Amino acid sequence: MRHLLTTEGVARAELEDLMDLAGEFVDVLGRDIPKVPTLRGATVATLFYEPSTRTRLSFERAARALSADVLTFNPGTSSSAKGESLKDTALTLRAMGADLMVVRHGAAGAAHRVATWVDVPVVNGGDGAHQHPTQALLDAFTLRRHFGKLDGLRIGIVGDIGHSRVARSGIHAFSTLGAHVVLVAPPTLMPIATDGWPCRLTGDLDEVIGDLDVIYLLRIQVERGGHSGFTSLPEYVRRFGLDDERFARLHPEAVVMHPGPMNRGVEISANLADHPRALILEQVRNGVAARMAVLFRLLASPQEST
Amino acid sequence: MIVVRNGQVLTKSGTVTADVVIEGAVIVAIEPQSRMTGATEIDAGGAWVGPGLVDLHVHLREPGQEWKEDVASGSAAAAAGGFTAMVAMPNTDPPIDAGHRAGFVHERGRRAGLCRVMSAGAVTLGRAGRELAHLDELWDTGVRVFTDDGDTVADAGILRRAMEYLAGRDCVIAQHAEDPGLAAEGHMHEGSVSSRLGILGLPALAEETVVARDLALVRLTGATYHVQHVSTARSVELVRQVKAEGLDVTAEVTPHHLFFDHRAVESMDPDFKMYPPLRTEEDVAELRRGLIDGTIDAVATDHAPHADHEGEVPFEEAPRGVIGLETAVAAVLTSTALDQETFFDRMSIAPGRIGRFPDHGQALAAGGAANVVVIDPRREWVPDRFVSRSQNSPFRGRPLTGTVLATIFDGRLTHTGEQAS
Repeated sequence: MRHLLTTEGVARAELEDLMDLAGEFVDVLGRDIPKVPTLRGATVATLFYEPSTRTRLSFERAARALSADVLTFNPGTSSSAKGESLKDTALTLRAMGADLMVVRHGAAGAAHRVATWVDVPVVNGGDGAHQHPTQALLDAFTLRRHFGKLDGLRIGIVGDIGHSRVARSGIHAFSTLGAHVVLVAPPTLMPIATDGWPCRLTGDLDEVIGDLDVIYLLRIQVERGGHSGFTSLPEYVRRFGLDDERFARLHPEAVVMHPGPMNRGVEISANLADHPRALILEQVRNGVAARMAVLFRLLASPQEST
Repeated sequence: MIVVRNGQVLTKSGTVTADVVIEGAVIVAIEPQSRMTGATEIDAGGAWVGPGLVDLHVHLREPGQEWKEDVASGSAAAAAGGFTAMVAMPNTDPPIDAGHRAGFVHERGRRAGLCRVMSAGAVTLGRAGRELAHLDELWDTGVRVFTDDGDTVADAGILRRAMEYLAGRDCVIAQHAEDPGLAAEGHMHEGSVSSRLGILGLPALAEETVVARDLALVRLTGATYHVQHVSTARSVELVRQVKAEGLDVTAEVTPHHLFFDHRAVESMDPDFKMYPPLRTEEDVAELRRGLIDGTIDAVATDHAPHADHEGEVPFEEAPRGVIGLETAVAAVLTSTALDQETFFDRMSIAPGRIGRFPDHGQALAAGGAANVVVIDPRREWVPDRFVSRSQNSPFRGRPLTGTVLATIFDGRLTHTGEQAS
């Protein structure tokens, strides 16, 4: 693995390897001094073109826990506000000594483009509505820690699928690991053509909710026009929101997940977000370990995986 | 005097093996083993010799965006691609919506002297789609193609008025067919690839609904109408139907729509970003079929230069369009394998007729204008660097078949490939 740009085509063995590593790093993070010297001397640059504090902080925390240095590029106050191209920014950070770049961008393919311009590993920290592979990895890792394995798990991803890179990454990672994925959304929030996707589609949450082991809720991406996919917010909540009544119809051991940021009262009712069977903070916690695994694999021992 | 030796020459009475002798701006003889000798001798070596190619659709970026291209650099690219005449789109800055603005482009073309440059005129003032441009002035300056290309004349009432105003004149209204509501923020063909990549799609229907609507307006007004860069199978079928009905409708297709389908965008390389977008394999097959059977009259490049740095951004943020003048011959021959007669019809004769060029796009004849191209339809090459000021080509690094050995414009040699002497 030279870069991590997408979950599509990533083999089960590679995902398992990263999750095994993440498991070790969870232990590291639990120590009194939650830090190992593994990547001392290496520099991880974060190029976040979208406002995303949580993902950037998670990557930076992961880098520091491995003793790497962090270069933070903030486009709002940097050269891109003055018109610098993505390529020039990437080359500039490389010239400053970045050994790996994490790229988050509002446009699909940004990280792929950067990977063609620089000679260091690139991690896709989310590109438009395309891919967010470390989110899928941390979600899979969270599920493996909770259930022991993903094989046979029935995972329902609910909400603004069309605009969701989390869904596009999750579908492939979860199904590669043996889970059965069903996408739940009104037709206007579904991708247009899904032939050949390793998942099932439905517009009726109530039809499938009783079968789910995992209900994975997505935010409506208003900034990408997600709100034009339904008539009114109350109507959306009525059909696709997770409220107490629907929660009661879930399997007693089923869990609730969300990639954040959450809109309490929309896709998830305010109180359920704090329910013991909601793994939302667990996802955040595991995110640091999963990203440590990715940084470690790409920087410390790239040759060990293919 | 220029003598082109030993070519397969497309003449009014068919293809003959002959030499073409040019003196001044006129072809003086087409005869086997001519005893005349020229200061310039070109050995065609059995290659195709025919009328200089005509491109109905180029963006020369002047005035306003000369860092991408200008009339002179675009003319040089045209010559390198075998073209002797082209129609420059009016989406410049300022747009070509008045006579003096078209006159400026024509003058730039004359000064460059490498290709006949005719400006298209905007249909609406400022290409804003609200009121008619200075159509009479444009007409008086010699403009014969009217289009808001880059944008669609979306308001059917405005388009109808333009059609009625220009009715009875020997000119054509050309449409970039893309319904703005259906196109929305789409960046590529709406389908399986866009869904996978999470890139907003531009549905085939955005083109087809405008074509269908416009054809109804043609039926009403009797206008002469041309569909620019047709990209979908259903659009081809619509054109086929109204041609059978006898309406005065023509269509063009770009080399890249004949060559690539939407899977090329999986690379997320902006060199595959264009409007209309690359469509499905089925659409490509129908475009090829339509070009061969004549439903699609002409190939037009939609040559759209952008500077390298403008493409050094993610796909969705990249500017639209790719260059095409220098790869058109090869892309068409590689994707369709047209015979010589059909090739010259779609690349020169039909576009010359649609663009109303008096001295271009005619099978060669003694006494005719000396606008000539020599093409080796079999030679393979790999495009790398281009004469155009911009390099945004989807064909870079791709093996193609078909090269331009020589271009003669107005009796002057404007380009020679390596085989010429």
